[in-house]
Amino acid sequence: MLTSGIILLAGSLLSPNPGLIFWTAITFVIVLLILKKIAWGPILTALEEREKGIQSSIDRAHQAKDESEAILRKNKELLAKADAESDRIIREGRDFAEKLRADISQKAQSEAQKMIASAKEEIEQEKRRALDVLRNEVADLAVKGAEKIIKTNLDADIQKRIVDSMIQDLSTKRN
Amino acid sequence: MKRVNVIQPKALLKVIALLVPLLFNANGLAFAASSQTSDLTKNSVAAVASPVVSAPAAEAAHGAEAPEGEEKAGDVIMHHILDNSVFAFEPFGSINLPKIVVGGYDISVTKHVVMLWVVAALLLTVFSAVGGSYKKLTNRQAPKGLANAMEALVEFIRLDVAKSNIGHGYEKHLPYLLTVFFFILFCNLLGLIPYGATATGNVNVTLTLSVFTFFVTQISAFKAHGVKGYLQHLTAGTHWSLWIIMVPIEIIGQFTKPFALTVRLFANMTAGHIIILSLIFISFILKSYIVAVAVSVPFAIFIYLLELFVAFLQAFVFTMLSALFIGLATAHEGHDEPAAGTAHH
Repeated sequence: MLTSGIILLAGSLLSPNPGLIFWTAITFVIVLLILKKIAWGPILTALEEREKGIQSSIDRAHQAKDESEAILRKNKELLAKADAESDRIIREGRDFAEKLRADISQKAQSEAQKMIASAKEEIEQEKRRALDVLRNEVADLAVKGAEKIIKTNLDADIQKRIVDSMIQDLSTKRN
Repeated sequence: MKRVNVIQPKALLKVIALLVPLLFNANGLAFAASSQTSDLTKNSVAAVASPVVSAPAAEAAHGAEAPEGEEKAGDVIMHHILDNSVFAFEPFGSINLPKIVVGGYDISVTKHVVMLWVVAALLLTVFSAVGGSYKKLTNRQAPKGLANAMEALVEFIRLDVAKSNIGHGYEKHLPYLLTVFFFILFCNLLGLIPYGATATGNVNVTLTLSVFTFFVTQISAFKAHGVKGYLQHLTAGTHWSLWIIMVPIEIIGQFTKPFALTVRLFANMTAGHIIILSLIFISFILKSYIVAVAVSVPFAIFIYLLELFVAFLQAFVFTMLSALFIGLATAHEGHDEPAAGTAHH
């Protein structure tokens, strides 16, 4: 394009201009110094402060989280301990009750056994005494019966049979 | 008189409607108008349509012959890009800026100097307000409005540019980096508004700024390494027999960095304006409304939006590279040890 050729040939695009360089330098330095004082100082301080504030907030939050986690862990430990304790207590109680029951039942059994034994012995004694009494009675009766028979009827055979049958009767009645 | 017939009231309205976007580049048009004032026919047209901004310009472009039109376009573009001592507010007139010569040096105030001062005034206004609101701000309050908007940029420069490139001791360089970023950004943006001029599109301005970066880099290198360390840095840790090659290369390297900064910023800002103006002048050279509606104006608007992005981008790139150079100059281990390691092999 002819236009671009003219622009290139113009040459003044790259021509140095000391005045402009001078003014640029002056303007830039003044702007830099003023802005450094009035703007960058406050802004950067505020930004840094905020950054630190945010960092400390995050740190604090982390710390709080750690703390709460520790508390939670402690609570869990306590709970587990309490659980174990209650388990132990229940187990002990159950064992004790078991033992107690076994003891009591054993005692009762032995007591009953003893009572049964003593009762049996008493019965045996009573039986023996009764038998003695009965024997004496039977002997007396026999003697009396014999006396009567002899008195009334001296038939020996009949008397003998009567006595026999009497004894028989007595023995069946006893049983 | 044939040319006057071309500019019928109806057609004139059309031209005005099409040229509203051109107001962005009123300076260029102003030159086009002034260069044609000697023409008698132009004078009559200007008298007829004096309250209309773009009429003389449109007439100037339409009235010119084809080869002559191309030359005019180039001149207008160059006039828009270059510095001069007249600050024009077409059609309200223009201000002749004072010419100052001190000790044989011409330090006259030019258009770009005025733009620099406007930028400086804007920066001071904006940031005194922002700084003031930060002074009032307590630790528990969030910034609002302008302070909030500027904080995003400041924080970006602080963390992503300064801290990540310079590392330890980046706080010292923050005021410079922040100032250079906002200075360039405001310069770039002011070039995009009507009657504005892009001071950063002038090689002298960008050269001065990159010389500042050069000095900051060199001084921080001296402070970080001392004279001995600085000289060692120039050898890049190579064997002494290579010094005859390495030392000149390193010294040249010190100067290519600011040179690259200078040219990058200047060329980027200039190129965008040249493209916008060239697109606009296509329609004048071809003398076609269709081209204006279909090509010139949409593309110029597109490039304008692109320029808006480039304004931010180039301010960022300049700051970023300044931080990078400072970081490279002050780095203790990162630069020296790998070089020393390769020298042993």
